[in-house]
Amino acid sequence: MHIPDGYLSPQTYIPLFGASLICWSVALRKIKKELSTKQVPYLAMAAVFSFLIMMFNIPIPGGTTGHAVGAGIIAVLLGPWTAVIAVSVVLIIQALIFGDGGITAMGANCFNIAVVMPFVAYWVFNLVRGASSTPARMSAAAFMSGYVSLTVSAIMVAIQLGIQPLIAHSPDGQPLYSPYPLSVALPVMALEHLLLFSIVEGVVTVLLFKYFMKNEPEIIHAVSGQDK
Amino acid sequence: MTKMQKKLWTGLLIMALISPLGIILPELFNSGDAWGEWGTDTLEKLLGFVPDGLRKYADVWKAPVPDYNLGGEESSMKVKVISYIASGLIGILAVAFVIYMISKLVMKNGR
Repeated sequence: MHIPDGYLSPQTYIPLFGASLICWSVALRKIKKELSTKQVPYLAMAAVFSFLIMMFNIPIPGGTTGHAVGAGIIAVLLGPWTAVIAVSVVLIIQALIFGDGGITAMGANCFNIAVVMPFVAYWVFNLVRGASSTPARMSAAAFMSGYVSLTVSAIMVAIQLGIQPLIAHSPDGQPLYSPYPLSVALPVMALEHLLLFSIVEGVVTVLLFKYFMKNEPEIIHAVSGQDK
Repeated sequence: MTKMQKKLWTGLLIMALISPLGIILPELFNSGDAWGEWGTDTLEKLLGFVPDGLRKYADVWKAPVPDYNLGGEESSMKVKVISYIASGLIGILAVAFVIYMISKLVMKNGR
């Protein structure tokens, strides 16, 4: 999911940098209005959690690895705009200090993982939950928010990688950047997430959701009202 | 710090301490890099060539702790495990620091 340097052409990563910049400026304005002193420790813990959960690489035997991101539960707990900031900070630190994700791809990675994912998660949570407040319905909503949002985020990555051979190749047709076409990137990324990594994200989301419902339901943004 | 927050921070610390599972399990199951995150050496093996643009940009940034590993690519599993835990701790400090700085800045200007 962390696109390295060299996989995206400038005509892909520059617009995505722009998109992320716009989202960051809106997100900062939002948290300036909404964030209370009481919530700051939770924002820090949420970002730390996302950093750590991404260290747990899950193996597909003989194949590749993937991991959960935590952006789903952060969006449900703290709201999507706060999640944008939390996960962006994590992705930028991963790129700068640990070389995980490229510098040129930073805008793309933040857009896919720190913008698209939290908003999809929040939307799916509300969609599945509907007007219901039964524990079973809320748990289903939490699971689906993690499951769907990581999958959509992975598909975004697959599309950006998969279009590279089309939009950036040498005169003799050799790809200049990410070499695999959409017909390879899309099924691989979608399936490995649908069948494994997104299930893990869903389980992590529902477990933490239940924990906070039991212990601190008042901090849950998606449940206790959006406007504070 | 509330009792609940202490509990949560403890949980996060435990996550950092057991994070090496994230490199031990893939090693055990013989799983390679995440899809689309290969280095140029691996790409050379997969494709037989490295795309020109990719080669040019691949090493534009020299991260201080590449791949969460302090010992270099050829280091032993033991060094990798210790590096991974250290990276987790560095990550906790760096992420928390930046978040507190951002919060301080926006809150000071905001009210």
